[in-house]
Amino acid sequence: MNTAATTHYPAMTTAEQVETRTLCVLVDNEPGVLARVIGLFAGRGYNIDSLTVSETEHEKHLSRITIVTRGTPMVIEQIKNQLNRLVPVHRVVDLTTTGPALQRELAMVKVRGKGELRMEALRLADAFRARVIDATNESFVFEITGASDKIESFINLMLPLGLVEVSRTGVVAIGRGPEGM
Amino acid sequence: MTEMTGAEMVIAALGDQGVEHIFGYPGGAVLPIYDALFQQDKVNHILVRHEQGAVHAAEGYARSTGKVGTVLVTSGPGATNAVTGLTDALCDSIPLVVITGQVPTHLIGNDAFQECDTVGITRPCTKYNYLVKDIADLPRALHEAFHIAASGRPGPVVVDIPKDIQFAKGDYFKPKEFQHRGYRPKVKGDLDKIKAAVDMMAAAKRPLFYTGGGVVNSGRAACDLLRELVKLTGFPITSTLMGLGAFPAADQQWLGMLGMHGTWEANWSMHDCDLMIAVGARFDDRITGRLDAFSPGSKKIHIDIDPSSINKNVKADVAIVGDCAHVLEDMVRLWRASAAIPDKKALQAWWEQIGKWRAKNSLAFRNSNEIIKPQYAIQRLYEQTKHHDTYITTEVGQHQMWAAQFYPFQEPNRWMTSGGLGTMGYGLPAAVGVQRAHPNALVVDIAGEASVLMTMQEMSTAVQYDLPIKIFILNNRYMGMVRQWQELLHGGRYAHSYTEALPDFVKLAEAYHAYGIRCEHPGELDDKIREMIEVKKPVLFDCVVDPTENCFPMIPSGRAHNEMLLGDATTRVEDAVTEQGKVMV
Repeated sequence: MNTAATTHYPAMTTAEQVETRTLCVLVDNEPGVLARVIGLFAGRGYNIDSLTVSETEHEKHLSRITIVTRGTPMVIEQIKNQLNRLVPVHRVVDLTTTGPALQRELAMVKVRGKGELRMEALRLADAFRARVIDATNESFVFEITGASDKIESFINLMLPLGLVEVSRTGVVAIGRGPEGM
Repeated sequence: MTEMTGAEMVIAALGDQGVEHIFGYPGGAVLPIYDALFQQDKVNHILVRHEQGAVHAAEGYARSTGKVGTVLVTSGPGATNAVTGLTDALCDSIPLVVITGQVPTHLIGNDAFQECDTVGITRPCTKYNYLVKDIADLPRALHEAFHIAASGRPGPVVVDIPKDIQFAKGDYFKPKEFQHRGYRPKVKGDLDKIKAAVDMMAAAKRPLFYTGGGVVNSGRAACDLLRELVKLTGFPITSTLMGLGAFPAADQQWLGMLGMHGTWEANWSMHDCDLMIAVGARFDDRITGRLDAFSPGSKKIHIDIDPSSINKNVKADVAIVGDCAHVLEDMVRLWRASAAIPDKKALQAWWEQIGKWRAKNSLAFRNSNEIIKPQYAIQRLYEQTKHHDTYITTEVGQHQMWAAQFYPFQEPNRWMTSGGLGTMGYGLPAAVGVQRAHPNALVVDIAGEASVLMTMQEMSTAVQYDLPIKIFILNNRYMGMVRQWQELLHGGRYAHSYTEALPDFVKLAEAYHAYGIRCEHPGELDDKIREMIEVKKPVLFDCVVDPTENCFPMIPSGRAHNEMLLGDATTRVEDAVTEQGKVMV
């Protein structure tokens, strides 16, 4: 496509490698703050793979947002800068680059089946250290915690055994070692 | 399937949707679409002078035809200038498709020249919006936009198209039918509920129809069915500002408009009725007044296509979600089938009571031989235009309320006004859109001198396209409604509501190559209105009226329907507004 002659906009720069990053964002827990963060991503065309949010410091009314995002190094840099520029944002930390970090997700997985399928689901759950948190004669709800790929493979295994539905928290993350963010 | 560029797809989709007129303004990010527009003659483009004008013109077009209005504007300021119009259309449920240009996809988020986050900015003021980042999605998005704008509760839809997508080539197709994954508005009402409603109507002793813009939006069939049902039942009927014309004002069962500046009989009937049948109306705060004193003794039937309108302000006893025409059709059928016999005696007593309220003659005003009273000017305008094929638009303020009170409408789609948002500057561009849709009709904008200056530049559009719109300005030199509230609520301290410098509207008309008329005495009103009608040019009619006239009746803020003020009320107006009421607007 040759638009150089018919547009006053610069052409696209050469493509860079796309990376996945996990960002922790400390924000004031005030009305509309999540909308501001999400609006920033939507408005500027950034990706959100996963997003979790909850108030973590009640007396200071601070919430921690964990965002998993994708982009070229330049785009990631922009995302961090743009987040930092938002008034209610206190801190942005890129856990992927600041050192070793832990990432966990929690999922509740509902499986329906009888007989051997049911037993197999239970055996696999045990192997994955998933807990049964609800049971009927023909169903289980499992609670599983772990890295996203572990949850992904557990869900894949449950698929032929009568998977009904899944509810996932999305990734929460924290740096290893004694220091806070 | 045909291969074409994104820009050509826009034109093809407009053509396939039967669009004849599009209102717009070119700019860098829509040039490919303008280029495609240039190379065809199916879709006519009307060049406005400001993007807000384009959206209001499309609203006037849509409201007067029942079709979807269309707009084409550029990125950045083009899109942000359209925001007031979009919000206006959302509030009044006007179907629009607004196409905005956007910077190329790779520059989105980059603070590029004339970039703004159009979908972010317009998300709260549209029914739905699209940012099309892949040429393969464009045909579906364009057609879906028309479907979403026109179906269910109508509203504005924005399609934001980056410039590289306008250049990109892809396969164009028109989807045969729409089966949206989630969006399926319910048009048929629940029959059990309609049956229950009909039973309540048959048993009612003091019933009242309260109808709104939803009936007009539903279309001609809904208005005819409403008329049939009102005749069958013999019940009285009132309407909101947006619903005027759905039921003929000349009819004996018509009580006039209700609400803040509604008639004594309409508001007292609302307050005292035992059954309220709300059809396509949303219990807006201008209608209800004080909510805890709103029609305390009545059961409420609420028919609305939007489930979120139900139980929002007022609890409905029977809620029927569906399109007015469909629900009214079932109601008429069930009413006939049930051979319901209303309590004749009770109804007669109800009509007698209404007669007493009517006798109050709440719209009465003291006329003058010296100075033109604005109410009188509208009465004369009506007398001179009633035998023409007339469409009325308005701006916002006192003149708008007087127009609603003194210009009776017999048919729907003849009355274009900014109800929900209250946008000063709506009427002139709306008149441009109406006149474009009805080239041989008489289109009059009943205006105020303050409002009309907000979009005056569109006179230039009217002149360019030979649209002989008549701008009938009730000139009192004040922002009249602001002045009235300052008089009632703020001790007569008229902070910045008087315009000390106004243009000479006659010379202004001439500067636009239009026609200017000034009228200063009641005696010359008829001749000059006739002159205005006869001139085959856009006209600015500067009608100099009494600057101190107030708009009555009025329900002061924070008060109930039975606490209305009348023009010659003995109550001192200043005492009528409570401290709590002053907080409300």
